[in-house]
Amino acid sequence: MDSLIDVMPLYLEGFGLTILLLVVSGLGAFILGVIIAAMRISPLPSLRVFAVVYTEALRNVPLLLVLFFCAFVLPILGVSVGPDPKVGYLLLAILGLTLYTSPFVAEAVRSGINGVPIGQAEAARSIGMGFGATLTLVILPQAGRMVVPPLINVFIALTKNTSVAGIFFVNELFSGVQRATRDHGDKVLLMLLFAAALYLLITIPLGQIAGYIEKKVRVLR
Amino acid sequence: MSLGVLYDAPGPKARRRSLIGSIVGIILIAALFWWVIATLAAPRISANDAVTPGLFDPSRWDVLANPLVWERFAAGVGATLLMAGAAAILAIAVGIGFSFARTATSRWIRVPAAILLEFFRGMPVLLMIFFVFLVFSTGAYWAGVIGLGVYNGAIIGEALRAGILSLPKGQREAGFVIGLTATRTRMIIEFPQAFRQMLPIILAQMVVLLKDTSLAYVVAYDELSRTIQNMQKALGNRYVFTLFIIGLAIYLALNLTLSWIARAVAKRSGPKAGKLTPTGPAAALGAEGTRAITLPVLERDRPPRRPD
Repeated sequence: MDSLIDVMPLYLEGFGLTILLLVVSGLGAFILGVIIAAMRISPLPSLRVFAVVYTEALRNVPLLLVLFFCAFVLPILGVSVGPDPKVGYLLLAILGLTLYTSPFVAEAVRSGINGVPIGQAEAARSIGMGFGATLTLVILPQAGRMVVPPLINVFIALTKNTSVAGIFFVNELFSGVQRATRDHGDKVLLMLLFAAALYLLITIPLGQIAGYIEKKVRVLR
Repeated sequence: MSLGVLYDAPGPKARRRSLIGSIVGIILIAALFWWVIATLAAPRISANDAVTPGLFDPSRWDVLANPLVWERFAAGVGATLLMAGAAAILAIAVGIGFSFARTATSRWIRVPAAILLEFFRGMPVLLMIFFVFLVFSTGAYWAGVIGLGVYNGAIIGEALRAGILSLPKGQREAGFVIGLTATRTRMIIEFPQAFRQMLPIILAQMVVLLKDTSLAYVVAYDELSRTIQNMQKALGNRYVFTLFIIGLAIYLALNLTLSWIARAVAKRSGPKAGKLTPTGPAAALGAEGTRAITLPVLERDRPPRRPD
């Protein structure tokens, strides 16, 4: 028990940073992802091509390499880490997580729009609705409902992915685990289970919310 | 949903505007690329007047002439594939086990399986690999294989379960009617269909698995991305960019090939028209966030072909 109390501050700091990473890069990925999704369905072919290349490239590269790029290659390119390296690397980690997560957000949003049957749009058009009305009154309300659960799943994945930021000088939960297991070699199992519980504290409720929303707002067809 | 129906067919004016838009878009993107490449190529002068050569300077790429570097890359790719292959087999085995346990008739099997599955799905893979490594002291290779196998197995298990649940009830009833037991029905009637139907999702998960082998760095397994970092340490910062680009190209080639195979398989053996489609928006939309390829468009969601 003593060792648990011993690592408490370490774990709490890590937990806080994990949540910070989740919220900030989640928000960033959401904004970027919606823009990419909009480009993907835009009438302009050049934007569509750009969005496809962006999505495919980032989705097929391990997160570790994306973070490696942000932490080691970007500084060489002249992106300065700033006066406080702790903050600097945190920002770079947020950038990496944002970039890595944004294509998954884009795909979730796009699949939601794709999931609305074409008959809905056809019906709206046939009763004389214009483009704007079709989109805002018929398509988006349905797409929005279908998008929320997969989006939450993207954020659950992001929560788990924050653990990778640990090796790039960010003291999030997983790097706390590594230190704790080093310091308390005799109670490794306890340290690991404690950390697992903290991760589950974020991911399981999010999963429950996704399931609940899915049942609640499902469009019955 | 095809978006064509949202707009009127473009007239000459709209077509011209769209063309102009495309050209402007291409110019903007090309300009961005040119700027990035120019910035990368330019030599930089740091505060103490030391000149760092640009990133496309031959002095940064001469390392590629060294066969030893390529040997290391090949060893890294080999180690990555070795781990991914073993983990993939384990993941499918675990997934099959989970899907059976989760759909068991006995509550005493179902509930513990559900709890275990939630546990495995909610934890970072990184933590899992570390966990196996420290608690079971299996060595780096097996820690990676077991961690990746169990984590991805949990996700595959959920996909297979969705596949079994989405089968028409008649399939199971037919099994009972011809006198099969519940287990036999599951094994020879329901499961083969579910597996076939979920094959695209399983293959997509394999891409995730292949990418995630990079997380075995935590137990010091020398797969591809750790090889890159090791070489960076050995050769110095001058070659970071070069090594990074080569590694990136290898990962892209591996994963895009696998994605392409997954897509080809999805086309051939995906859900067939009007039947055997996963139910619920989550199943249809491909719930797992780390999925690496686009799900096949379900036949059901595809717009009917319109007569021209």
